[in-house]
This record gives sequence, structure tokens and C-alpha cells, in this order.
Amino acid sequence: MSNLVWIFVSALLINNFVLSYFLGLCPFLGVSGKLETSFRLGLATVFVMLITALCAWFLNTYILIHAPYLRLISFIVVIASTVQFIEMLIKRLSPHLFKALGIFLPLITTNCAILGLAIFSTNKGYGLAQGMIYALGAGLGFTLALVLMAGLREESELAPVPRLMRGTALNLIIAGILSMAFMGFAGLFSAA
Amino acid sequence: MSFDRNRLKTSDNARASRRPIMPKAQQDAYQEFIKGLWRDNPVFVQVLGMCPILAVTNSAVNALAMGGATFFVLVTSSFLVSSLKRWIPRQVRISTYVIIIATFVTVTDFALQALVPQIHKELGAFIPLIVVNCMILGRQEAFASKNSVRLAVVDALGMASGFLFALFALGGVREILGEGRFFGIDLFGPEFEPWVIMILPPGGFLTLGLLLLFFSWVKERKEQLAERLADMQGEPS
Repeated sequence: MSNLVWIFVSALLINNFVLSYFLGLCPFLGVSGKLETSFRLGLATVFVMLITALCAWFLNTYILIHAPYLRLISFIVVIASTVQFIEMLIKRLSPHLFKALGIFLPLITTNCAILGLAIFSTNKGYGLAQGMIYALGAGLGFTLALVLMAGLREESELAPVPRLMRGTALNLIIAGILSMAFMGFAGLFSAA
Repeated sequence: MSFDRNRLKTSDNARASRRPIMPKAQQDAYQEFIKGLWRDNPVFVQVLGMCPILAVTNSAVNALAMGGATFFVLVTSSFLVSSLKRWIPRQVRISTYVIIIATFVTVTDFALQALVPQIHKELGAFIPLIVVNCMILGRQEAFASKNSVRLAVVDALGMASGFLFALFALGGVREILGEGRFFGIDLFGPEFEPWVIMILPPGGFLTLGLLLLFFSWVKERKEQLAERLADMQGEPS
């Protein structure tokens, strides 16, 4: 049990996918303009991650033992179809959100955090329960980073920043400082 | 990827305005190459493919290995996509591109594992993650699927060189400041206190942010200079 808690906290804070593994930077820099949108994109990503983890475990246990070279291709196909499914679901349930997410919804497919999750949990040899907890932690960590960044960006819109600095350069430097803050979590469990 | 296409359009206009004197086919190819390397650099101008850019650039050697792998994947998949473009149905084109890219990445992954196991180990999961590098998919969608094989390969060569250049710049800066070394050679002697933060994750964000700032500053200066030049020419002296 403590093992599972450790996996969750580690994926959520200490080895945050965005701020210490640099995964999922495209949506992190692209969608983090508004708090509301980024929160919902985060939740969609969590959902895709959970399904991916489930499928990855299934593929790893039953199919990929026989054909390890198909790993990458089968993972990406699973992720692409899950995203397609979510896209249809969101379009049906909330057309407003569908519009707000725009191009970044299909781009969840090329969100490296999701493929990264499948590959990392395979490399670490996680079982089903561990894999699901890992996916949950990583997804929530992604959402946390996205929401924090969106909050900071909304503030920085109002700040008197030099013109040249505006845009991606400023966002990257904000992300750097955020990442520095997250490094503090590295000491969280060392005593235990 | 929609904004990528717009950028391509503006760069087409820019290309028409200043042309060096060369045979037409050759000059087109030359322009496509330079476009990727400098004017539309995938990293510094288009801000694509960020994840590998930041994750593996803690030393110049890793950056080069990653750049080389991406180079191979981009050029071969551009070649294949533009050769097959007539047979790929529109509805499933993205999935087709992704599968083509994934195939080449698998090849690269196994090749690196066999040839340079040490570097493969250090790059770890980031070699398979080339599949989801938005820069590669973006090139297939925006260029390779619409142009001749020759132009597509030249465009891929340019973009990949631009990517390699950016990776190398970032990796070089981070290794020099973070460890005081370049390709493992000591640069500053024993008194140098390395800026450890540069090789840790925050250093990646900060370095790239500052490099982008530098590039937009250069661009701004160039525009100002051109404006002043135009003013001077306009005034009767």
C-alpha cells in the first residue's frame, strides 16, 4: 500500500511529468492561457492516460511478449483511437468546450506525456494497479502544472513586461521558476 | 498544425521577394533548405518539438545524438510520405503518417541500442518519444504531403538541420555553464564553480527562454536597421 502512495506522490510532485521530465510541453505552453480551459484539458488528459495505462498493461502482458518490436506502433494506435473517442464525446456533450480546446484536442495524440507514460510504466515493470496509480498521479500532476501555469500567465498579462519579452520567452522563464519550486519536493520522502 | 501552415504561407511570400540568381529548380531547393535552417527554424521561430529539446540537452553529446536520430526519422519519413502521397486516403492521413514515423523510430531505436548502447541508455525513453515530436508530424502534414519527393527531402533536410542546430546550441550552453565542460573537455580549470541549476530541469526552461529572447531581439534589430536604411534612401541628400 505504501508503495502505491509513493508511486502516486512521486508522479504527482517529485517527478512531475511537465516540470521535471519535460513531457507534454506543447499543450503546457499552448493551452495555458485560460484557467478554465486548461483545467478541463487536464481532466481530458487524465482520462486518456488512465485508458492508455489499462491498454498498455493489456498489450504488454498478452501481445507484446511475442512481438516486442511492435510496442511503439501499438501504443500510438491505442492512444490515437482513445483520443478520437474522447473528441467525439466532448463534441457531443459540450460543444463550447470543444471549440475552446480547438486544435489541441486532437493534438492530445501527440502529447508526449501520454506515450511517455506508457513507455515509462513498461520500463519500470509496473503491474495493473501500480500502472493505474502511476497514470492517475502523472495526469493530475500534468493538470496541476497546467493550472498553475495558467494562473501565473493570467497575472503576467497585466504586468508591465517589456514588449520583446512577451510571449513564449516569458512563459519559458516562468516555467523555469515553477520547475525550480517543484525541485523542492525532491526532499519530501528522502527521510522516510 | 494550422498555425504552421500559415507560417509556410508567409514564408512563401518572403521567398518571392528576394531571390538569388540561380537556375529555378536549384534556387527553390536552396530556399527550402535555408528556410528550415534559419528563417523558419522549427525551435527558435516555430517553437515546435519542445519536449526532446529540453529533456535531453544536458550535454552536447546527448543533444547531438538526439538531433541525429530526429534527423534520420524526419528525412526518411518525409521521403516516404511524399512518395506515397497519391495513395494515402485523406481521412486517415494523420494515422498513416504516425505509423510511418513510428516505424522509422523503431528502426532508429534498435539501431542506437546496437551501435551506441551507452548513449541509448542515457537518452532512455526519449528515443521512442520522437514519434510524438510535433515538428515531424507537422512537416508531413504541411509540406511532404503536398510537394514533390525532391522538395520534400530538401525541406526535411533543412528543418532537421535547424533542429539539430537548436539542440546543439542548447546542449552546448547547458554543458558549458552547468559542468564547465564541452564534449567532456574541461574549459575553465578547477576554480570554476559549475552552475548546477543549468543541467537540472529548470536550467532547460531558463536557457531556452533566454535564447528565444535573444532571437527576437536580433529580429527586432534587423527590422529597425532595415527601416532606418529605407528612411535614408527615401531622403534626398
